[in-house]
Amino acid sequence: MRSVLPILTVVLAILALWYGAAVALNARWTLDQAARAGQELTVSQIVSDTLQQERPKLPAPHQVGAELWKTTGAMALEGRAFSKRSLIYHGWVTLSATLLGFAIGAGAGILLAVGIVHNRAMDRSVMPWAIASQTIPILAIAPMIIVVLNSIGITGLVPKAIISAYLSFFPVAVGMVKGLRSPDAMDLDLMKTWGARAGQVFWKLRWPSSMPYLFTSLKVAMAASLVGAIVGELPTGAIRGLGARLLAGSYYGQTVQIWSALFGAAILAALLVGLVGLVQRITLKRMGMAR
Amino acid sequence: MRARPAGKGRDVKTPVIKAENVDLVFQTGDGPVQALSDVSLDVGRGEFVSFIGPSGCGKTTFLRCVAALEHPTGGSLSVNGMSPDNARKERSYGYVFQAAGLYPWRTIARNIRLPLEIMGYPKADQAARVQKVLELVDLAGFGNKYPWQLSGGMQQRASIARALAFDADILLMDEPFGALDEIVRDHLNEQLLALWARTGKTCLFVTHSIPEAVYLSTKIVVMSPRPGRIADVIDSPLPKERPLDIRDTPEFLEIAHRVREGLRAGHAYD
Repeated sequence: MRSVLPILTVVLAILALWYGAAVALNARWTLDQAARAGQELTVSQIVSDTLQQERPKLPAPHQVGAELWKTTGAMALEGRAFSKRSLIYHGWVTLSATLLGFAIGAGAGILLAVGIVHNRAMDRSVMPWAIASQTIPILAIAPMIIVVLNSIGITGLVPKAIISAYLSFFPVAVGMVKGLRSPDAMDLDLMKTWGARAGQVFWKLRWPSSMPYLFTSLKVAMAASLVGAIVGELPTGAIRGLGARLLAGSYYGQTVQIWSALFGAAILAALLVGLVGLVQRITLKRMGMAR
Repeated sequence: MRARPAGKGRDVKTPVIKAENVDLVFQTGDGPVQALSDVSLDVGRGEFVSFIGPSGCGKTTFLRCVAALEHPTGGSLSVNGMSPDNARKERSYGYVFQAAGLYPWRTIARNIRLPLEIMGYPKADQAARVQKVLELVDLAGFGNKYPWQLSGGMQQRASIARALAFDADILLMDEPFGALDEIVRDHLNEQLLALWARTGKTCLFVTHSIPEAVYLSTKIVVMSPRPGRIADVIDSPLPKERPLDIRDTPEFLEIAHRVREGLRAGHAYD
């Protein structure tokens, strides 16, 4: 109960700001329309009009909420959850690319970290490249990946997943290098006194030690994967996926559609990160590391 | 050869650890540092030897040399008649560090089992050994607890149990009670003596505390820094049975005094 009040306060403050901004930004159009028709409007008429325009500069929260419901829950109730107009359908398209990209990226990140921790040459050489890879704007490299893969006949899910993986391997690699190196000199000396082999040191000490780091970086990677999948849908003029909805919305000035797709993506990200958090809680609890 | 003589029949004559003119120079960024200089020492089977001295006197370094965690740059060092590296392969020693170093994701029993898993003991044997050493350090019934559920002193006892779980006949301890308070430390010292009497292990024990060194040891090695060397070796005349209040007897105080003198002589306060 105690935590609900501050959260509610913040949500209400954001809603108030949002409504205020919607009125301020959309008033221009309302006034122009009225002037063209030679009408005089009262303040309350102006406010009510700014909150229900069809193509507002900034849609009001209730408009976004209504659009979200119309394209998800309402369609699901009608049994059309996977129709092409449904946000659930587009969300699923993006989600599948996100999950595949996340799996590839997390796997690659872990393998890179293992290599970096165990191999001096990789330690020296790989990290700078990994960092450099992340300084290239993803918007610049995404079209190239899509075009190159298209030219060799790979289309659809995989190119988007690769862009996701490109973004998500990095936090996992960095987190896991830190995690696998978290055992201190004493832990390693102790292993040495028992004559442990490198494989035993890894599986019995380094890997379990790195678990808290792994899950933290997986959360970041999951969010990055979703961003990657959406970005991957933009340059191709894709007709499916949340990115495609964003793009189509901006082509046709459908701001309500853009915002609802945006919120759809945010909700999806929250669910995915929450899921990783849940797996983290269960795993650490089973390991006895949660108190 | 590997069979441990039980009780009083210990052969104190053949040294378990024999160091002759051991030198160790670390190459650091600021030039070479002489960590050990001309250290010669014999430790007999079943002895309890304490190493005492200020920071930087090389007591821990010497222990690490015995454990083959460092390698002397000069002189010769043998453990159980072998090179330290081979002695480690033969599982001649258990090592106890200042921190317990228990894995938070393993229960106490599974922590003690860890070296047994690594060394490849059969599963059934593992459980029996864990049970045995848990009883030895008075932790029977705590096997299923996680480390954080135990006090610092209990954790350190668990780490000693872990070092005893495989049949090493040498126990190397690097300030094992250094992080504990005085009362817990007294209690653990008493238990350690009882453990030593029961198991007949050869113990090498690094400490900062004069009373601790005198109370526990059959032999006290006083060391001094820059370069790390042995300043004095004191054979304790105290009897094997040592209640805690032996620390108020004149014999005890006399040895403590000699240790203090040795520390003072070896240490220029400049």
